Amino acid sequence: MAESRVPHASLPPPASTIGVVGWLRRNLFSSPLNIVLTLLAVYLLFVTLPPLLRWAFLDASWRGDDREACRSGGACWVFIRVHFEQFMYGFYPDGQRWRVNAAVLLLILGAAPLFMRAVSSKFKIRLGLGLLIGYPFVAFALLKGGMIGLPVVDTSQWGGLLLTLVIAGVGMTAALPLGVLLALGRRSRMPAIQTLCVTFIEFWRGVPLITVLFMSSVMLPLFLPVGMNFDKLLRALIGVTLFQGAYMAEVVRGGLQAIPKGQFEAAAALGLGYWKTMGLIVLPQALKLVIPGIVNTFIALFKDTSLVLIIGLFDLMNIVHNATTNPAWLGFSTEGYVFAALVYWLFCFGMSRYSQNLEKHLHTGHKR
Amino acid sequence: MTEPSTSPVLDPLSDQIMIRMEAVHKWYGAFHVLKDINLTVRKGERIVICGPSGSGKSTTIRCVNRLEEYQRGRIVVDGQELSNDVKQIERIRREVGMVFQHFNLFPHLTVLENCTLGPIWVRKLPRRQAEEIAMRYLERVRIPEQANKYPGQLSGGQQQRVAIARSLCMNPKIMLFDEPTSALDPEMIKEVLDTMVALAEDGMTMICVTHEMGFAKTVAHRVIFMDSGEIIEEKPPEEFFTHPESERTKLFLSQILHH
Repeated sequence: MAESRVPHASLPPPASTIGVVGWLRRNLFSSPLNIVLTLLAVYLLFVTLPPLLRWAFLDASWRGDDREACRSGGACWVFIRVHFEQFMYGFYPDGQRWRVNAAVLLLILGAAPLFMRAVSSKFKIRLGLGLLIGYPFVAFALLKGGMIGLPVVDTSQWGGLLLTLVIAGVGMTAALPLGVLLALGRRSRMPAIQTLCVTFIEFWRGVPLITVLFMSSVMLPLFLPVGMNFDKLLRALIGVTLFQGAYMAEVVRGGLQAIPKGQFEAAAALGLGYWKTMGLIVLPQALKLVIPGIVNTFIALFKDTSLVLIIGLFDLMNIVHNATTNPAWLGFSTEGYVFAALVYWLFCFGMSRYSQNLEKHLHTGHKR
Repeated sequence: MTEPSTSPVLDPLSDQIMIRMEAVHKWYGAFHVLKDINLTVRKGERIVICGPSGSGKSTTIRCVNRLEEYQRGRIVVDGQELSNDVKQIERIRREVGMVFQHFNLFPHLTVLENCTLGPIWVRKLPRRQAEEIAMRYLERVRIPEQANKYPGQLSGGQQQRVAIARSLCMNPKIMLFDEPTSALDPEMIKEVLDTMVALAEDGMTMICVTHEMGFAKTVAHRVIFMDSGEIIEEKPPEEFFTHPESERTKLFLSQILHH
């Protein structure tokens, strides 16, 4: 070590390992088996893609107002166009649909600062909590009406994508906090709380959602006093929330278990109490760890909303199904379901991308 | 063995007793980990506890801030006896800083936030004041320039110095060190020991579980040797290293010093 040594200069990598050629070699043609698989995949695409494109775009009918316009043999997107408003708003009265738009716009404007880098995190937390607590009341007042001169629109008239978003939105915002509390309770050292939480979680995880919804609409009224009747939508919301809360609890518990004991000890050594330790140290780390699991549950929840058709609510899925049984439009169920699938996929894919982005943004180097 | 660069003057001790452990026993299930531990630490006193692994050194100091429960005996810290009262325990923990072998920094918070968390949420100081205090202590452990980094971006030695600063921000009356240099690369041990020596020079009451005998020689008022849950020997360092009494201590010292 006495004499100083000049380190070897870094050389550029060989040309065949970088760029498009390198990528192709590495990923598509790295071995005989991979070459065969690549060629097979190309052949499959060649066989399936052209007819699909022909059906969906080239031969599709876009213009017109009735089924007479759909004689080309391709997809009949006229069916979607004619029913579009219905798919979005359900049976929400024509003249009142601006209220739905206003509620959505309000949410987008209100939540926009949450997604901006320039906004301070302190403000984001306040705004987020404000939205979480305040927005449901504002949105409910707008949608349901009955005050400030807005005519009442009963929840039985809500439908389509609106209803899907209402159920999914309420379900997500209520299931996450419920799940966190249940997960903490399940790891509590107090036997009463622990037993209560374990029982709750295991009960709701043990029954299918469809049963929960069915029971809430068919069995619950049997136990309630005569004349007492509460909203069908509300019952669905409660059912979905409790059900998904139990799933969320197990996801969050997985995160809690991954936090090293040293974190609890360091927090305790500073004199932090239980709630501060959880709120400031443990949950921020645990929730970050299980973002994929949380989003997975959210996506499942979003799609599970389609089960409310069993209790006669007209969410996006049910209203599309309903339109396909319309005698004037028989035979276009493929178009209807493709459209519904596309809408579901857009929302779920959006959630998935957002979560990946969030994970990257919250990453603060390796652990410890 | 790393020799700390400076050798502080052992100042006369006050009579005020900071920690008193009386006949403390602890069991893990049927396993008797601590057997009749008696220890008195006065204000400004610096104790080094050493001994083979599994001898109960860490468990002993972890009883002082009640990270471990004990089944028999009593411990009085700063005039308050430890009980099962959660609020009482939290009150004592505020006055007792602890530095861990694996640092246990909060990885989701910056260095500065690690240091201000306690003052803001436990001491209820305004953020600005807490940040001033934090920067003062980060300067003292000589890493103020890292304040806005995350712990994952620092070396082990730097992380341990942040951990020391984090404890000091609570303005504790007692500091406990649980093998603070055992998880560090040799190159980083010195920077942490230097920080601890500087702290000792300021008259902090300290209990250190460590195998750094150089540190024990220069800084400790007393060295305690533990084996299988018992205090075997308790002496000022010069006597401890030159005239150990028990055979067990002699064996331990011969193994640790002649390596």
